Amino acid sequence: MKRYDLIIVGAGPSGLSAAIEAAKRGLNVVVFDENEKPGGQLFKQIHKFFGSKEHRAKVRGFVIGQQLLAEADEAGVQVVLNATVIGLYQDKEIVVRIGEEIHHYKGDAIIIATGAAENMVTFPGWTLPGVIGAGAAQTMMNLHGILPGKKVLMLGSGNVGLVVSFQLMQCGCEVVALVDAAPRVGGYGVHAAKVARTGVPFYLSHTIVEAEGDECVTGVTIAEADSSFKFIPGTEKHFDVDTICLAVGLSPMSQLLKMAGCEMEDNPKRGGQVPICDTYGRTSLPGVFVAGDVSGIEEASSAMIEGRMAGIAAAEYLGYIEKEELDTELSALDKALDGLRQGMFAPKNRGKAIEKTEEGIDISTSLLKYGYVADDEIERFPGVTHKVGIHPVMECTQNIPCNPCQDACPKGCISIGANITSLPIVVEGSECINCGMCVASCSGQAIFLVDEDCGDGTATVTIPYEFLPLPEAGTKGAALGRNGKKVCDAEVVSVKSIKAYDKTNLLTMRVPKEFAMKARFFKAE
Amino acid sequence: MNSVNDRSRDIGPFVPGPDDDMLICRCEEITKGEIRKAVHEGMWTLTEIRRYLRTGMGLCQGQTCAKLVKGIVARELGVSPAELEPATSRVPMRPIEMRIFANEAKEGENHE
Amino acid sequence: MAERIAEHPILGVQEKGTPVTFTFDGKEVQGYEGEPIAVALKAAGLMVHRYTKKEHKPRGIFCAIGRCTDCVMVVDGVPNVRTCITPLKAGMKVQTQYGVGAEPFDKQ
Repeated sequence: MKRYDLIIVGAGPSGLSAAIEAAKRGLNVVVFDENEKPGGQLFKQIHKFFGSKEHRAKVRGFVIGQQLLAEADEAGVQVVLNATVIGLYQDKEIVVRIGEEIHHYKGDAIIIATGAAENMVTFPGWTLPGVIGAGAAQTMMNLHGILPGKKVLMLGSGNVGLVVSFQLMQCGCEVVALVDAAPRVGGYGVHAAKVARTGVPFYLSHTIVEAEGDECVTGVTIAEADSSFKFIPGTEKHFDVDTICLAVGLSPMSQLLKMAGCEMEDNPKRGGQVPICDTYGRTSLPGVFVAGDVSGIEEASSAMIEGRMAGIAAAEYLGYIEKEELDTELSALDKALDGLRQGMFAPKNRGKAIEKTEEGIDISTSLLKYGYVADDEIERFPGVTHKVGIHPVMECTQNIPCNPCQDACPKGCISIGANITSLPIVVEGSECINCGMCVASCSGQAIFLVDEDCGDGTATVTIPYEFLPLPEAGTKGAALGRNGKKVCDAEVVSVKSIKAYDKTNLLTMRVPKEFAMKARFFKAE
Repeated sequence: MNSVNDRSRDIGPFVPGPDDDMLICRCEEITKGEIRKAVHEGMWTLTEIRRYLRTGMGLCQGQTCAKLVKGIVARELGVSPAELEPATSRVPMRPIEMRIFANEAKEGENHE
Repeated sequence: MAERIAEHPILGVQEKGTPVTFTFDGKEVQGYEGEPIAVALKAAGLMVHRYTKKEHKPRGIFCAIGRCTDCVMVVDGVPNVRTCITPLKAGMKVQTQYGVGAEPFDKQ
C-alpha cells in the first residue's frame, strides 16, 4: 500500500491551501478530488471577493483558483483528479476509485476538505426537469458556457442566491423574481442592491406553491407565507419561467469523517453534521484534520485560511516543524480568520436581526425587504455625501469585513479606518480625480462617481457595469433607480474598460441633475 | 434515556396531511406520507427508516434527501432534527459498479 | 445553438473542444468533445433525461456535479450513466432511460 505523509481529500480552496502549506514544509502531499477539474467551487465564482488584501479581496474567485493551483504546483503538491474517495478508515487508510480500479493509500496524516452539498426544499413539481440547484446553474454557465435557462426564478436570498442571480443576468438570462420564505434578505445588502437595481423584483416572506409543467418547467406560482410558512390565500403570483433555481443553503459533506469514527455533532450554526474539532481543524482522531465547509459552512475566504491552518497543524503533528513555529504561524492566521468573522454577517450573528450599524445608524428596512435602499434612507449613510464636482458616493450600508476601496483611491479620498467592518467615509478636504479605481475595486458594486451639477442642468453618474453588450457613448436609454424602475432618460457619455478595472466597466451616463442621487443603473432602449 | 430512544413514549396516531404525496427521496420515489407513516409503525431512527422504506438507498445514496427525511422524522417524533442520529456512513460513499468495486489495483501499481 | 453563451462579460469566449456528432434516441445531435453529455443535450434544448421506475415521471439535470444522479441515461448501452459528469465522445449512443433500461415502458 502506498504511503504519503499527508493525504488531502478535496482540491477546493481549503484543500489546496492546506496542501500548499504542508508541502512547503517538506511533507509529501497528495490531494484526491472526484471532479474532473480542481479548485472546487472557486472556478464558478466570477465576482470579486470581499475582504482585505491579505484575504485576496477584489480578486475574482476563478483567478484565486488559478493562483492556488500555481502555488500548489510550485510547492510540489500532487493533485489526482477523477479520484473518488469512497472510504476512510480509523487507521488513516483511504479507499479511492481511480478509473476502473480501487486503490488503497495510507496517510500519516489526513485532511478532509470535502466541502458542502446543497440543501433542497420540496414543493409540488420540484422533481421536474428545469428545477435545478444554484450550484448547477453556476456549473452550467461558468464552467460549461451554456445558459441554465432563459427565464429563471431564484429561490433563496442568501449570498448564493443573490450572486447566482447576478451571474445569470451576466450571461443573458432573465431573472423574473427573487423569492425567499424568510422575511429578510439573507445575504449581503450590496449583493442584493446590484440585483435589485437591474429591475429584479424581490419577494420576501414568499415561497413556491407549485412548479408547473408536464415534461419540464413551464411556469411557477409563488405566494406569501405567514410566520409558520403557510400560504396566505389570495396572494398567489404566477410567472412564466423555464427554470427554477434553488439556493436554500448548504450542508457539510462530513460522511467520510463519521465513517472513520470521528466524534460528530449536529450543529445548526455550522450547517448540520460536523466533526468536533478545534480552531486548527484537529478532530477527535489524532492525525485526522478538517478544513473548510466540511467543518462548518462559511465563505471561501475563511476556507482558505482554515486550510492553511490545518496544513501547518498537520506538519507539526508529523514533526516537520516545531511547536513554536506552529504557534507563531497559527496565531497570525487566527487573527486573519477573526478579521473575516466580524460584522453583521459573522457566524456569531447568524439568524439575528441586526437593526443598527456599528456606527449606530438604522439599517435600511427597505434593503432587507426589497433588496434596495430607499431614496429617503440613503442619505443617512456616511459614504453618501455631497460636494461640488465629481466625488465618490459609497452606498455601503452594512458592516462587512471588506476594505479594498480604501486602498484603491490614489488620492486618499476614502477611509474605512482600523476596523475593517466600518462603513467607508469620504475624507474631508480630499480631491477626487475621477480615476474610477474605487468603483472598480468595490466587490459589492456599491460605489458611484457623481457630478451632481455639470452647470447645464445635467449631472453625470458613473456606475460599474458588467454586462454585454456594452453600450457605446451616445447610446440613449433609461436610468433606473435603486429599485430597478425607470427614473428618467439617460445618455451614455463614456464607457471605460481599462485593465486595472479587471472587467468591471465604468459606464458614465448623463441625467437631469435632479436625478443625480437617484439614477443607479442604465438600460439601453 | 433521551426522548428519541424512549420507545414507550406515545407519539400519537398517524394523521394524514395535505402534502403526504410530496416526493422526498427522488431516487427511490418515497413520499412524505410513507415516511411519516413509517415513524408511527415504529421506525424511529433514520437507519430503520432507510431499511424499511429504502429512502437514501438509491443511486445518490441520500445526497439529496437525507436532510429532508431527517426533518420529517424529527417533526413526527416531536424532537429537534439535531437530536436524531444520522444514518450510518459506510463505504462506498459514491455510487460505484460492483465490477469496479471488486477490481483492486495490483499492489505496486498506482495512479502515476 | 442558441443556448450557448457566445461571449461572457467576465469569462470572455470560452474555449470548446472539437465539434462532434452523437445520437440521442437515434437522432443526430451536435456537441463538443469532452464537455459533459448533459451540457450538449441542454445546449440542444433537450431537457428530459429519463423517466422514473415507479411513477414514470420525467427527470433531467438537477445538481450538475454528479451527486444527485437524476440525470442518468443509457449511454452506449450502459444504464445509470451520470451524464452531467461523463465527457462526450463522437458517435456516442445516448438514450432516454425508462426505469433502468432504454426500452420505453410500454415495451418492457
